[in-house]
Amino acid sequence: MTSSAAMLPRESGFLQRLSSGLYLRPRLLLFLLLAPPLLWLGVIYLGSLFALLAQSFFAVDEFSGMVVKEFTLATYRDFLTNPANWDIILRTVVMAAAVTLACAVIAFPIAYYMVRFAGMRLKAAMYLGVMLPLWSSYLVRVYSWKLILAKEGIISWFANQLHLGWALDAWLSLPVIGGPSLSTSYTGTFVVFVYIWLPFMILPVVAALERVPNSVIEASGDLGARPRQTFRQVILPLAIPGVVAGSIFTFSLTLGDYIIPGIIGQSTPFLGQAVFAQQGIAGNIPLAAAFTVVPVVLMGIYLALAKRLGAFDAL
Amino acid sequence: MVANGVPAVRFEDVSRLFGDVRAVDRVSFDVADGEFFSMLGPSGSGKTTCLRLIAGFEQPSSGHVQVHGINVEGVPPYERDVNTVFQDYALFPHMSVGENVEYGLMIRKVPKPERKKRAEEMLDLVKLSGLYARKPSQLSGGQRQRVALARALINHPRVLLLDEPLGALDLKLRESMQAELKSIQRQIGITFVYVTHDQGEALAMSDRLAVFNHGRIEQIGSPAEVYDHPKSVFVAGFVGQTNLIERELALRFGGTAGTYAIRPERIRIEPLTAPLSPGLAAVEGRIGGITYLGSTSRVLVAVDGGEIVVVETNLEGGTAMPDRQPGTPVRLVVDRKHIQSVAA
Repeated sequence: MTSSAAMLPRESGFLQRLSSGLYLRPRLLLFLLLAPPLLWLGVIYLGSLFALLAQSFFAVDEFSGMVVKEFTLATYRDFLTNPANWDIILRTVVMAAAVTLACAVIAFPIAYYMVRFAGMRLKAAMYLGVMLPLWSSYLVRVYSWKLILAKEGIISWFANQLHLGWALDAWLSLPVIGGPSLSTSYTGTFVVFVYIWLPFMILPVVAALERVPNSVIEASGDLGARPRQTFRQVILPLAIPGVVAGSIFTFSLTLGDYIIPGIIGQSTPFLGQAVFAQQGIAGNIPLAAAFTVVPVVLMGIYLALAKRLGAFDAL
Repeated sequence: MVANGVPAVRFEDVSRLFGDVRAVDRVSFDVADGEFFSMLGPSGSGKTTCLRLIAGFEQPSSGHVQVHGINVEGVPPYERDVNTVFQDYALFPHMSVGENVEYGLMIRKVPKPERKKRAEEMLDLVKLSGLYARKPSQLSGGQRQRVALARALINHPRVLLLDEPLGALDLKLRESMQAELKSIQRQIGITFVYVTHDQGEALAMSDRLAVFNHGRIEQIGSPAEVYDHPKSVFVAGFVGQTNLIERELALRFGGTAGTYAIRPERIRIEPLTAPLSPGLAAVEGRIGGITYLGSTSRVLVAVDGGEIVVVETNLEGGTAMPDRQPGTPVRLVVDRKHIQSVAA
């Protein structure tokens, strides 16, 4: 008996031969599958980012207004020596940090409840509640907040009904964070940022908490730890990577956003608006690119700090 | 074995309900101080729930659980003088092996140098010397199991609870860990309550074992008692292999109606020509199939009214003998004292 007699009849069509050929050459198959996404990531995604960064090393000719494609640090010199730019950076970074902190503080108990206490149905409902706002237009939600926060809006009305109008006024009369109304103060900008980015914090924290097995929490109690100690020694350290992942979203999204501060708050510019103004209105692409480098550098510093503090040890 | 009159663990008519399901159904037993006590049963039989009742992760719906003579209802796990080795080890992934082991001491605010010294002693005990600084993720399954054991033992609990601790290990490792656990238990002399679904493991390690089924205990006794004198059909079938003999076959084998259990290795196969010894029960049949298992062989013998399994030790010759060929008529003989009457 020959060996071929022991086999099933071979398919001879092109697709069959292709399929067999790929089956026998798994590396070729892997290459074919990975090439398009890697090209996308490498060339289009990172390529455009580096093209942008390269722009920041060009400068605009002051007379013609044209971009001179020669290597120069003049754009950075102009950028860094202008104190107004430092104000923009400081304002944006403080806002992003405050928003991130607030999101973490609000998201953690919600995520914790979802993972450790909510039943199946409630958990599904809470997931829906977290995701639902993401299905509607961001712009619509920001504009509705403008109405909510306006002087004649529901928050003022409600405060007055509760005879707490004086507290709102006292808050608005505070320096920096106050203003004529909530919708024209940094407080309003902050509130809307927290609202818009909160799901991006809740979801990673939920994912991190879900990866903590129940037995690990029981083991901690079994070894003598009271619930508060278990939380501090076991649950929190294991949830930190989720919080850091969420904070990458909230921090970087706040750094780059140019819509919310344009609609709600004082009309002082944030980083994203500066980029928009430089490249869209002033046509100074090199300066816009230099502005864009700031969030990239800041995120790099932030992640390096998080790593040094051991935020990723539990990964 | 029993240090004083107070049992290490006592269950008094304990039930635990989950909704309508009686996970544990009116269970009573005592575990003596210093004893190696196993709770054996299939999954869902209530053995793990009993363990969790001792640990404090569950509270009884009715009845009383005592640890060293004290009622522990309402006492949370962190106030109980018992520690658990979890089935999945439940090591803290963000801590080193040493930090895992000394966790209980850290919680009780023992200073770091002493903590470290005692953790290293514990690691020596479980043969993991030098792995203090490793992360659990860098260890093999067997090594993690030892870390979990060291972490539980460092608190010197009066009772150590083990929830299928060897379940995830491969056979060879499991056998060597069985011997090692047993020797550690003898060395430190604390009570072990051991949950397993592996009857071989329970027989090999326990001073006494309780066989669970449907939330109840079917039988408690020493391994030999439970193996040789199973009280019920379930115990006879779950602990070791058995031949269940009923109806007319029972009449021929046992002499009276009822259900009987006979261990396959207690039965001898004889040629029909051999003289029949008095005092032995005998039936005739034909060899069916033979499964070669290395040190033993499993011989199926077809008899009138059923099929009987015989396990023969493969001495010289064994299954190769001509009268072990399928179809050969043979006589099965068994000493009457090995015919165990069991409740259905």
